[in-house]
Amino acid sequence: MSPNPTGFMSKPQREALVDPLFNNNPIALQVLGVCSALAVTTKMETALVMSVALTVVLIGSNVTISLLRNHIPASIRIVVQLTIIASLVIITDQVLQAFLFDISKQLSVFVGLIITNCIVMGRAEAYAMQNGPGMSFLDAVGNGAGYSLLLIVVAFFRELFGSGKLMGVVLFPLVTEGGWYTPNGLMVLAPGAFFLIGFFIWGLRTWKPDQVETH
Amino acid sequence: MPRSNAYTVGFAAAICLVCSIFVSGSAVALKERQDINRTLDRQKKVLQVAGLMEEGEKLTPEQIQSTYDERIVPKAIDMKTGAPVDDVDLATYDMEKYSKDPDTSYAVEENVAKVKRLPNDALVYEVRNDSGGVDQVIIPIQGPGLWSTLMGYVALSTDDHNTIKGLTFYKHAETPGLGGEVDNPGWKAKWPGRKVFGPNGDVAIKVIKGAAGTTAEAPHAVDGLSGATLTSNGVTKSLQFWLGDEGFGPYIAQAKGK
Repeated sequence: MSPNPTGFMSKPQREALVDPLFNNNPIALQVLGVCSALAVTTKMETALVMSVALTVVLIGSNVTISLLRNHIPASIRIVVQLTIIASLVIITDQVLQAFLFDISKQLSVFVGLIITNCIVMGRAEAYAMQNGPGMSFLDAVGNGAGYSLLLIVVAFFRELFGSGKLMGVVLFPLVTEGGWYTPNGLMVLAPGAFFLIGFFIWGLRTWKPDQVETH
Repeated sequence: MPRSNAYTVGFAAAICLVCSIFVSGSAVALKERQDINRTLDRQKKVLQVAGLMEEGEKLTPEQIQSTYDERIVPKAIDMKTGAPVDDVDLATYDMEKYSKDPDTSYAVEENVAKVKRLPNDALVYEVRNDSGGVDQVIIPIQGPGLWSTLMGYVALSTDDHNTIKGLTFYKHAETPGLGGEVDNPGWKAKWPGRKVFGPNGDVAIKVIKGAAGTTAEAPHAVDGLSGATLTSNGVTKSLQFWLGDEGFGPYIAQAKGK
């Protein structure tokens, strides 16, 4: 048996992992989880940590709920999902406070708000309740990556044009600090992220016209 | 397949039990590390507001600890009279805890900073300069922001107990990019040199809307944070209360008289 370069995953597995990046991006197509995408993307650093935190919670909740899916009574399934997600979020928050204290302070309430992030609930209810733990894991990684991709793209532009930096390193010296770059204030404010997400969705739908909603 | 009620209740109980074990387990296991982080963070902020540590400067925990021990002298004072007291354990003093316990605190009238109780005894931090003399004193402040209570420190020069040397907040949960800009080094740099008290002795320092200008042009005003009026007002209110007569006013009056 010769290793097939595309054969290490079956088609549905690949789709579960890769589709959420562009074809079915949770923020760009489903427009879920926008609140945190606006709030934590003024800097790359916070966006990265938030992406990792969300992906970890998503993997944990998808796998746990998928393992329990045949045992969860249908009448209380949402409550059970929320309990599991909330526990994972609290643990993630505790770990961040213990090991990445400064960043956890900047992310402040938004780590806690992962509980209400529609992506996590959405994947638990729509995917993990119907699929096995392996596929749910891939789905979680894929959706986490889709969320992270958008957050990082938005944070890249917001930090670069809003404060002239990337990952805290000055690229465009600011006028206020003796440089030449006048920062774009809009980028630092939440509406800046709305515009960027809008451009991202526009670009994506120009590239993949089938994502355009028909009226 | 419909489940029996007993199964549903049992399942819910089991999930709750397992989840609570994980949550409390992580909270207990990580508490010590978090407490160390918090103490270090508070010491770091005290050093920053005293100008002993640059913004963004990376110091090891040992360096922070040793600079703190060398340069900062915590002093316990009686909140009502401002007189020094000596029966407070400086190492374990926790203002938040003291303010909640009825035995160690008293209720105050409704005020702008929304402070309900004040501790009987409070800590201020004297800052020694290189030659060992005291040249600033750091006073804790807190006030209501948009989402959270802003907790911070203001450093006053001990020459006149009027000139601000620095201001910093160590704990808040304001919106990053808007109210969260209270942490912005550029904004904090606008504070040193401003005066707290107006001509008739009341707290006149204010965060205004728009730009305030230089310390000479506007000794009692500081630029507002754009998009964060409520946070800006919270900063003003916290200074008004804590540096006023109900707050550390008596202490400042005493210290001035010396």
